[in-house]
Amino acid sequence: MTEAAGAPAGTPVGTEPIIRLTGLRKAFGGTVALDGVSLELRPGEVHCLAGENGAGKSTLIRILTGALRRDAGDYRIDGRPMPPTLGPAAARAAGIGAVYQELSLLPDLSVAENLLMGRLPARLGVVDRASLRDGAARKLARLNLDDVDPGAVVGELPTATRQLVEIARVLGDDPRVIVFDEPTTALSGEEAEALLGRIKGLRDEGVAVLYVTHRLEEMFEIGDRVTVLRDGAVTRTGAMREFTEDTLIAAMVGRTVDELYPTAGAVAEGTPLLRVRGLRPPGSAHEVDLDVRAGEIVGIAGLLGAGRSELLRAIFGADVPEAGTVEVAGKTVPTGRPRDAVRAGIGLLSEDRKELGLLPELTIRENASIASLRGIGSRGLLSRRAEAERVDEVLDGLRLRAGSYDQPVSTLSGGNQQKVLLARWLVTDVRVLLFDEPTKGVDVGAKAELYTLIGDLAARGFAIVVVSSYLPELLGLAEEIVVLRRGKVVGALPAAGATEEGLLMLASTGRSTGSDGTA
Amino acid sequence: MAQLKLVVRENDLPPGPRPRVIGWSEVVGREGGGLVVLVVLFGALALASDSFLTSGNMANLARQWAVFGIIAIGELLVILTKGIDLSVGSVVGLTGAVAAQLLVAGFPIPLAVLCAAAAGVGIGVINGVLVAYAKLPPFIVTLGMMGAARGLVLVITDANTIQPLPDGFSAIANDTLGGVPNLFLITVVLIVITGFLLRRTVFGRYVYATGSNAESARLSGVPVPRVLVAVYAISGLLAGIGGVLLASRLGAGVPTSGESYELDAIAACVIGGASLFGAKGSALGAAAGALITSTLNNGGNLLGINSFYLQIAIGVLILLAVAFDQVQGRLQARRSP
Repeated sequence: MTEAAGAPAGTPVGTEPIIRLTGLRKAFGGTVALDGVSLELRPGEVHCLAGENGAGKSTLIRILTGALRRDAGDYRIDGRPMPPTLGPAAARAAGIGAVYQELSLLPDLSVAENLLMGRLPARLGVVDRASLRDGAARKLARLNLDDVDPGAVVGELPTATRQLVEIARVLGDDPRVIVFDEPTTALSGEEAEALLGRIKGLRDEGVAVLYVTHRLEEMFEIGDRVTVLRDGAVTRTGAMREFTEDTLIAAMVGRTVDELYPTAGAVAEGTPLLRVRGLRPPGSAHEVDLDVRAGEIVGIAGLLGAGRSELLRAIFGADVPEAGTVEVAGKTVPTGRPRDAVRAGIGLLSEDRKELGLLPELTIRENASIASLRGIGSRGLLSRRAEAERVDEVLDGLRLRAGSYDQPVSTLSGGNQQKVLLARWLVTDVRVLLFDEPTKGVDVGAKAELYTLIGDLAARGFAIVVVSSYLPELLGLAEEIVVLRRGKVVGALPAAGATEEGLLMLASTGRSTGSDGTA
Repeated sequence: MAQLKLVVRENDLPPGPRPRVIGWSEVVGREGGGLVVLVVLFGALALASDSFLTSGNMANLARQWAVFGIIAIGELLVILTKGIDLSVGSVVGLTGAVAAQLLVAGFPIPLAVLCAAAAGVGIGVINGVLVAYAKLPPFIVTLGMMGAARGLVLVITDANTIQPLPDGFSAIANDTLGGVPNLFLITVVLIVITGFLLRRTVFGRYVYATGSNAESARLSGVPVPRVLVAVYAISGLLAGIGGVLLASRLGAGVPTSGESYELDAIAACVIGGASLFGAKGSALGAAAGALITSTLNNGGNLLGINSFYLQIAIGVLILLAVAFDQVQGRLQARRSP
């Protein structure tokens, strides 16, 4: 490919963009998710979208595919302006398809039924099996997936194959633009490689690809151009070859750690309060050791799918580990049962508050007391007054904003729900707290409050482990940061000297020094 | 439910959420809705029929309600955990037959009653273990048990009614204490105990927590499997007590007794404010629900209304109760952020 004078670097000659977004703006309540974002997607080109969690990538994709309405900005397909009310069906009709990380296939149906769902060939309402099979086979053939049986049940296929079926389904609509959102997260190295090969094939057929990933090496392998988002705005856009891993990371991060975070307290010397040895979470190939002293905050960094949540769940016994031991204050904790972990003094605040934390029908006070009812009640009887005395003090101390502690917990905002779950452990005698993405879905003001709380808890002698995808948070909170990559500890470094760039490099490549990422 | 402070003013609040307007429905709750229906029903029947409020008819109503009420509160416990117990009707038949057989064989009354109750608990424990440890769906487990237990009744009775039973046994359900039917007193005591269990014990809170979100409860250290076994066992026990009382009232072990009682019990829970999605409902509500259906039947008889129409009325009532819950839930969702 040669470059025409005046055209942006990396632009193939004579190709008009299929999609042109200019000055896109989107806010959720008071939070601005996108502010003046522009993006062009050209045929026969893989365009990578880079940025940290919360940078606005998902919002941009959802506006592109019609799942969200934009507040302001111009959206053109082939030069035709699209109305702000553009819906998913209209976007699909205009030739935009998307393959998401969470697949949208129906697991109990066959490949063929999934591929043709919504347009099942039928006579008088009876599905025509022969043409169903033929239609599906045609779609699979387009991706050279001749070895996939259209009659196979989707749920029984390996993840990689399911991903390909999903792509085949999106391709079936003959899209001119395909968005891939973290497609390789659940795939093995070889499977990911094969998938990238197919995406290149699509590109060579003239499809415009928008590729979103956390994995830098994939961007360099497949990307023609890249747009970097940070805090809802574009920081850099240009040809992939203009970047190295270092400059790309710098463009993604480029932020200073501000006053949000508390100062570290004194860490107790001596034996660690939490001692994990050779712990292997289910499905992981690697054993993990971890030591956390009283008063210490240890951060766990890693990319999506690196096994961070799995590690916390194994320590807490939410899942039964395949091997290893957990000790609290020198005593071995029986693994595999949350009840034993709680008794031994471990508490887990899980990432998915709604599914794995809250009891939505119960009141705030009942949610906060559920883990300590044995201590509050005597002989199995429950005194509501004793419950209120014990719990309200803790809730007050967390500055929980609620009209009444008797209202259902589901009426609270995300940050306040997180405080209720924290209160649940503080009411107990827990001394080790495991936080999994503690500020996910929490607005900025409440975040700062949570950081202060976590800092205070450490100062009071708790041993704390924080998993977060938001690196500034880890650098600000933790004294030591452990980096996981595909279930394996690839580094443990003091937060004092660490940089976001260094951590990201370690998490994505397993190497701690700069590299020659540009091929 | 006691606080009647209607509006919390903005000034009273720390900065944060909007003032919460506490509406009528939140104060009385859906059980309250059931009580309102009950009062209206009693008033209307008292006006429409001279014989409704007579002591004879009241005692009659109390006896009709008793067994349904007892089974309904057992069913409620299971429903609170997001489960369902379809076997209670068959357990009523089985325990009645067991008690009758043992009595006919010459066992003393207390022993026969204990054995029958134990049979109810045993079936409940089997249900509970299959649900909690084998992780089978409660609907399927108890559907299977419903058939199996009914078959067992027919086997041990050879499909014959077992009688005569000793007078002392019939007296349990048919005597009165100070003019109040024993059945009524027993039922009230069981409702109070169950209500206490749910509201004032750790176990009761665990029941609601398990129904609200079993995985969240487990991660908080709630022994979810044990809670599940216990609720099915209690449901079996209460159905067993209901079965013994029914046999005592009839003076016979009738192999087909208790048929379709499971549906009446579920209906009573729903009318009384329980949600089949778990964690919502109370013992008083379920008992009130059972009383509403019993009153409808009783009043219908007095007024000479065709019982087929009564079935329609009860069906409509269930739909109304659930619709009311949905509307209220939606209103609440709109009000909260």
